[in-house]
Amino acid sequence: MAFDQNSKRIFKVVGSRPPRPDGVEKVTGRALYGADMTAPGMLSGAILRSPHAHARIVSIDTSAAEALQGVKAVVTSADFGVPDDEFLRDVQDNCMARGKVLYHGHALGAVAATSAAVAKQALALIVVDYEILPHVTDVDAAMRPDAPVVQEGRSLENVGPGLSQNVTSYCEFGHGDLDAGFDQADLIISRSFKTAATHQGYIEPHACLASLSADGRGDLWCCTQGQFFVRTLCAGILGIEASQLRVTASEIGGGFGGKTTVFIEPVALTLARKSGRPVKIVMSREEVFKATGPTVSSSMDIKIGMTREGRITAAQAQLRYQGGAFPCGTVEMGAQAAFAAYDLAAVQTQGWNVLTNRPKEAAYRAPGAPMAIYAVESVVDELCQQLALDPLAVRLMNAAQKGTLSSYGPTFDDIGLRATLEAAQAHPHYSAPLRPNQGRGLSCGFWFNFGGNTCVSLNINTDGTVGITEGNPDIGGSRASISLMAAEELGIPYDKVRTIVADTSSLGYNDVTDGSRVTFSVGLATIEAARSAIKVMCGRAARIWGIEEDAVIWEDGCAKPAGPNAGAFPPMSLAEIAAVSANTGGPIAGHFEVNADGAGVSFGVHLADVEVDPETGATKVLRYTVFQDAGKAVHPDYVEGQMQGGAVQGIGWALNEEYIYGADGRLQNAGFLDYRTPVASDLPNIDTVILEIPNPGHPYGVRGVGETPIVPPLAALSNAVSRAIGVRLNELPMSPPKVLGAIMQRG
Amino acid sequence: MKTIQISTTVNGDALETLCAPDETLLDVLRNRLGLTGVKEGCGTGDCGACSVTLDGRLVCSCLVLGVEADGAHIGTVEGLADHDHLHPLQRHFIDGAALQCGICTPGILVAAKALLDRNPDPSESEIRYWLAGNLCRCTGYDKIIKAVQSAAAEMRSA
Ligand code: FES
Ligand code: FES
Repeated sequence: MAFDQNSKRIFKVVGSRPPRPDGVEKVTGRALYGADMTAPGMLSGAILRSPHAHARIVSIDTSAAEALQGVKAVVTSADFGVPDDEFLRDVQDNCMARGKVLYHGHALGAVAATSAAVAKQALALIVVDYEILPHVTDVDAAMRPDAPVVQEGRSLENVGPGLSQNVTSYCEFGHGDLDAGFDQADLIISRSFKTAATHQGYIEPHACLASLSADGRGDLWCCTQGQFFVRTLCAGILGIEASQLRVTASEIGGGFGGKTTVFIEPVALTLARKSGRPVKIVMSREEVFKATGPTVSSSMDIKIGMTREGRITAAQAQLRYQGGAFPCGTVEMGAQAAFAAYDLAAVQTQGWNVLTNRPKEAAYRAPGAPMAIYAVESVVDELCQQLALDPLAVRLMNAAQKGTLSSYGPTFDDIGLRATLEAAQAHPHYSAPLRPNQGRGLSCGFWFNFGGNTCVSLNINTDGTVGITEGNPDIGGSRASISLMAAEELGIPYDKVRTIVADTSSLGYNDVTDGSRVTFSVGLATIEAARSAIKVMCGRAARIWGIEEDAVIWEDGCAKPAGPNAGAFPPMSLAEIAAVSANTGGPIAGHFEVNADGAGVSFGVHLADVEVDPETGATKVLRYTVFQDAGKAVHPDYVEGQMQGGAVQGIGWALNEEYIYGADGRLQNAGFLDYRTPVASDLPNIDTVILEIPNPGHPYGVRGVGETPIVPPLAALSNAVSRAIGVRLNELPMSPPKVLGAIMQRG
Repeated sequence: MKTIQISTTVNGDALETLCAPDETLLDVLRNRLGLTGVKEGCGTGDCGACSVTLDGRLVCSCLVLGVEADGAHIGTVEGLADHDHLHPLQRHFIDGAALQCGICTPGILVAAKALLDRNPDPSESEIRYWLAGNLCRCTGYDKIIKAVQSAAAEMRSA
């Protein structure tokens, strides 16, 4: 869908900041989230989880649990089939262990009972005989040939010899002659890095309410980023037809990628089928940490060569990601994103995906990119420091731009990296003075962005208002953005449009809300749906006026004769055409279906100032500015919100957040007290600068903005802390003991 | 376990309900009284999503027993607006885009109101420290702090 080239377009409503349509519901407590729904006769479901990191399930005896008064169903893997499809089988085995438990917290049984208290009691009555197996949670340890094997036979052929079966796949990207490149360098730096696994940390735990009757008809209410994908997975696992399972997405209390799959939903449906009653399951926070998607943890080697003037001559990265107990493809994302910001003659990235006894990795905002770019941007910063070069000038000298052959293959179209770097360079933040123990860091960030399958239907109501039905849960103001684009295209006020998120029986398939795709793809489909409705409305006006359809144009929310030759008729507004639609051919609607491409990549640059307390090693963020290309900011408040929220998640990743495992393979910090996400008093204001370099693939130039902002904070903070204390740090998180240790070693 | 009858006033309404001796105020409010505006993010006092006032004191309702509400006055997000007339904090949260997913919003509004009841003119850092017990994962807090400041300014000039 090409950018409207005539678009020296003056937008009327796109770019304004009206109140979001779901605002009142959400500030009054009326909005219904996953755990807020009930059904008559509903049972409470609860899940039994493994206390071990790795064990064979020798036997499960559920008889005592079943005999408990109030228990209506108990299920284990024996109540599920074994899907032929490998991907689906992994999803199911993660929801309900089959044969082996693969990580601490892995589900292996579930009950439905008349109350939560009874369900909990019943779990304690399930007797499991475990044969404990050796485990591995560290990525480097898991790759060694003698490591405990998490799953047999999952390794692809392209994994070279000499590695454990835990290494499931290998990838490689790049171009040019590395040796020649490194020969041209005046300075080459090689460093190794490690990053911890972090959790998306959405405040709403997973929750669902399922019913499934004997005839195979089901209803599922759940908090998800993608009700259609939930339907695909659940229907596949339960062996029912998609049309028979209606999935309704509740309001969603955060997801960030972590609610793009299923954990409890197939279990609740299976319990509902077995008990014949609706079943509700709500995870505890502890379950969320133990059994839902953290990110990968990583171990990485980076080598970059640079000339005295600051030109990068060659760059190389080796990335090793562990994604928990099931194969994942996340290292491919990291390997492609690592050097995206640079125009390089010689570049190579290699990646290995690795199994460990940890929960199955789930997407988290720009999955795979933050750690790789952290490592690259750290080495670039160290090169700048050693060569006494300005780090922004060096980024500008090497920046990818239109026409650059990217490190991962494609040649870039219009991109906003250079403009973003220039904005950062000109900003007062970049030249503000620093005091002792303070440091300034910067980093570029990148995300591919995604389009995907999208359906929108748009109905013109007879009173002149417009209803839009779309299929992507509103995770941060998308209903407002979509209403804005419809209002813009139709030429009517924003408050005449109402956008609703449909269940799976009311609309065609929509991909999950992920990849920063919604404002781009649903926006594009909304604009096209509006255009198809406009065509119908022009036809109706033509009919009323008795002229040819192509003699009618749409302007400022009205049908008008195209020119003097078409005839002299007063314009007819949308409301006027809608009011008489029954007499001119019936209801008026537009719809559009697409598998959208052209999402347009997104670049950002972050500047961070920190102060490190030399006594404690604690880092305080003093000032933070985010610069990002949004293509066109449809609702700037929510664009800024993505930039700020992503930045703060990245700050947490850099400074505090990590999954901590004991020698026994058990997760030691499954709660918000010990897994510390940033709180209000940790932070300064997060300043934002939105750049608008139109995306050639969208009629209004929109690019996704949601993922890129989590990428730069890791290196921006690491570079700032390293400069503040005068020692380079190569590991995240930079918790106070680690920083203090580095200060002591420096002496 | 035998249930206990409690009489409580919630958002000005006198209510009677039963609750188990080990049931939290959060569960009583959500499951017995239907006040699902009160959210559970952790159940351990670490996120503030369940914030309510108990006789004017800001508490995490997940850390209070239901029986402690007997004879007490409880304030929840559902009581902030006067019919269809939103509280200034609620209006400024919408106008200032201080919510993305909105799951933290009820707790933050209740906490922010408790702050402004005590201190109508808090500094930025007073707001940040007061709200340090309320996690928000979406916004980075920036717009939340600004919305509290602008609501406070409006309330002072009213
Ligand atoms: S639910 Fe009470 S503090 Fe989190
Ligand atoms: S708006 Fe989502 S947690 Fe605060």
